[in-house]
Amino acid sequence: MLLAPLLLGIINKTKAFYAGRTGQPLLQAYWDIGKLLGKGAVYSRSTTLLFRLSPSLILASMITALFLMPSGGLLSPLAFSGDLILFAYLLGLARFFTVTAALDTGSAFEGMGASREVLFSALAEPALFLSLAALAGLTHTYSLSAVYFGLNIEVWKTAFPALLLLVAALFVVFLAENSRIPVDDPNTHLELTMIHEVMVLDHSGPDFAFIQYAASLKLWLLGSMIVGILVPLRGAGFWLEEILFRLGMGLLAVLVGYVESSRARLFLPRVPKFIGSAAVLAALALLLVLR
Amino acid sequence: MFFFLFGLCCLAFGGVGALLVSSRRWSGILGAGGALVGCPIALIPVLEVLFRGEKLAFHHGWSVPYGSFFLKIDPLSAFFLLPILLLTAIAAIYAVGYLEKEEKQGSHWLFFNLLACSMAFVVVARNGILFLVAWEAMAIFSFFLVSFEDEKEEVRKASWIYLVATHLGTAFLLVFFLLLGQAAGSLDFDQIAAMSAHKTLPSLLAGTLFLLAIVGFGTKAGFMPLHVWLPEAHPAAPSHVSAVMSGVMIKTGIYGLLRMIPLLGKPEIWWAWLLIGIGLSSGILGVLFALAQHDLKRLLAYHSVENIGIITLGLGLGFLGVAVGSVPLTVLGFAGGLFHVLNHALFKGLLFFGAGSVLHATGTREMDRLGGLMKAMPWTGATFLIASVAICGLPPLNGFASEFILYVGAFKGVGSFGVLQSLPALAVLLGLALIGGLAMACFTKAFGVVFLGEARTEAAENVHEAGAFMKIAMVALSISCFLAAFLAIPIVKSLIPAIAEISSLPVETVAAQLPLATDPLLGLLLVTGILTLLFCGLWLLRKNLLSGRSVELAATWGCGYQRGSSRMQYSSSSFARPLTELFSPLLRTHDEITPVEGLFPKGARLKTHTPDLFQEIIYRPAFKAILWAIARLRWIQGGNLQLYILYIAATLLVLLIWKL
Repeated sequence: MLLAPLLLGIINKTKAFYAGRTGQPLLQAYWDIGKLLGKGAVYSRSTTLLFRLSPSLILASMITALFLMPSGGLLSPLAFSGDLILFAYLLGLARFFTVTAALDTGSAFEGMGASREVLFSALAEPALFLSLAALAGLTHTYSLSAVYFGLNIEVWKTAFPALLLLVAALFVVFLAENSRIPVDDPNTHLELTMIHEVMVLDHSGPDFAFIQYAASLKLWLLGSMIVGILVPLRGAGFWLEEILFRLGMGLLAVLVGYVESSRARLFLPRVPKFIGSAAVLAALALLLVLR
Repeated sequence: MFFFLFGLCCLAFGGVGALLVSSRRWSGILGAGGALVGCPIALIPVLEVLFRGEKLAFHHGWSVPYGSFFLKIDPLSAFFLLPILLLTAIAAIYAVGYLEKEEKQGSHWLFFNLLACSMAFVVVARNGILFLVAWEAMAIFSFFLVSFEDEKEEVRKASWIYLVATHLGTAFLLVFFLLLGQAAGSLDFDQIAAMSAHKTLPSLLAGTLFLLAIVGFGTKAGFMPLHVWLPEAHPAAPSHVSAVMSGVMIKTGIYGLLRMIPLLGKPEIWWAWLLIGIGLSSGILGVLFALAQHDLKRLLAYHSVENIGIITLGLGLGFLGVAVGSVPLTVLGFAGGLFHVLNHALFKGLLFFGAGSVLHATGTREMDRLGGLMKAMPWTGATFLIASVAICGLPPLNGFASEFILYVGAFKGVGSFGVLQSLPALAVLLGLALIGGLAMACFTKAFGVVFLGEARTEAAENVHEAGAFMKIAMVALSISCFLAAFLAIPIVKSLIPAIAEISSLPVETVAAQLPLATDPLLGLLLVTGILTLLFCGLWLLRKNLLSGRSVELAATWGCGYQRGSSRMQYSSSSFARPLTELFSPLLRTHDEITPVEGLFPKGARLKTHTPDLFQEIIYRPAFKAILWAIARLRWIQGGNLQLYILYIAATLLVLLIWKL
């Protein structure tokens, strides 16, 4: 999915619009990645081989997760019963190596970011799984593709309260997992206050390009879950589905940009409650589904 | 059966021989040799049973009342024997390196080999008395191993706690077997099974027996809140002993439950609820307490509690399936739980080996004194990393394979029947997700703080890599972690007869539902392949891109600050702090702070300590109360000989009158 970094561009453009700036070009994320791929690298003396291996591993697990995720009119090339669990755990694998690579530098800032990352993701995990269970319960299938194709307008008609709750829960998980406001501010200039960005401070060159691209893929992956629910058009022809899906992703990015412009970051000790609310929403949705 | 008994004899003779010879070298050769020869020989019949599905039995006369020397290897026993024998053999290799400079080799090898024998006997014994004898032997031998370094006071204290705890557990088992034997008229498991097949026990009796089994076996397995001995005994024992105890010995508790519960007749639904409740409390509290520890081996001990929790969640799902008559749930729950027994033995053994070689190299288990060991100890570090990924349940390693089956089971359980029946499955799902997230926090902490970054103290600076024997053992277990994930499908298939026996279903019914577990595993294999290919491709791409360009080394970015010291790194306590704070009502971490004071501050300190919740709120007050009650009876013990003779005479008189 080459479109993923475009999402970052849309988010930033929206933010610039609200701030009254012109902002960076829409394709800035591509330029960044391209430039980084062309550079040499600087490594910290404290780091080990793990630090060098992890960017490739992180990107590899994100691309693998992409194989499992259906989008638009496309079925995922690899679909089997239970792949939604594997999907969540591939994101987990990427996280494990982001965190250990951050600890590898021995920097207090990166340790701090790593510590917060594991806290928030540990709390986001139950919410994600509750949402997945609700989706599986709704469609009586256990694979992402089957769930995706099971969600049509008929399901919306009968179960729209549950689906709305699910979208809300997944949106919170989406913001938390992708380190967006109100959980984390990707644009701050103070290392102390960042979570994801601070963990990758010491990566450079192609490694950093991999990490950036992996981050945009993660945004795309979790975003396409939300858009997949919100655009319940199945069997309407490949191109129509494809275009609507893309449009949906674009609108989601605009929404994120709007949230980022209109909200401030939450006080850190309050973030667990914010993420916990997603778990509660998902649990409610699940109860509605099981009823 | 001959091979099995012969293998165990090799183990025992190796141990006895090691005690008798005087030279350290020879006792190592005899002890480890006995284990290395005995275990593979004993494994032959085990594999035969596992993959051919036969049962091997051995009878011998025994003059003990109600006892009979009846051994049988069926698929369930065989599945538990596999990790017992495998881990014992690998731990023996490790021990040769670990104990190189140790004086008391002989006694160590005696108890170590006999512990392995007694564990093997526990899982093949088919008579209550024989089972209890083996169970007790296992407790005693492991007690001697825990108290190996008995010159240290903390070790003596820890082994004492272990001895008391394990005997309290055995007391419950004694009552369990008495009641069961009385109801069935025999203590032979086969006869009890025959009895329970055509006559159901009254539900009150069955329930009582179930609870007795839970307490008795749960003490050994380390169910929260019966786990208090684990975090004491594991740090005190030598590392390979911790590996064996945590990897396989505590699983005999799980084995006991799986062997005994089917004998009590059809499980009731509240049994499954209780098991899932125990699984959740052990799993979530286990990982939370692990997170708050800064002693590496204590952290691992709490993690054993967590993994026992995951296994128990599997058992709970399985028995739930039996109780409500859902075959898919039964198959997935038991398959996931049993597979996790094997997997946990592999990666937990490896983690304890890693912790052992860190302890060996640096002399400390305090994580906050370590750091940066990856550079000096690449083998230990890399294998510890593999084990950490596996224990976090991350793909593509074996920990994920078994948790995957459990997840699929939980997903199946949610929504297959009504809301009320779905709730336990939902609890399993939530529990697994939360445990997974917290385990990731815990092991990024353990691995990151110990092996990555910079050395925090001098102890961690001048270290040496583990010796050849220890390296071989660690590499062997790392490979097994990969292999178990790779061979997940045949392993799960070999579980069919065992699951059929536990759930009293026909083998064909179980086999028909097995694709539910194997299909996702097949998908996992495919995804592993893609992941590996992509990773290699990206790694090569990166290498190509960087070749010929400038690759420099510099200091870690410190926001412009150039004089960072290794003591400024995030420590294990600070890493876990946000989580421990969030769960502070449960963890009750104490801080002792000497703050920075005055214009010319001298020194500041911060010390944190997380005591065990259940030790504080249940055991300490309970033992205090017992001591108080016993003190009230002190007047009976006068110390006067005549008085004691009077007691004896009075007792005899009472007995005589009672019998009249």
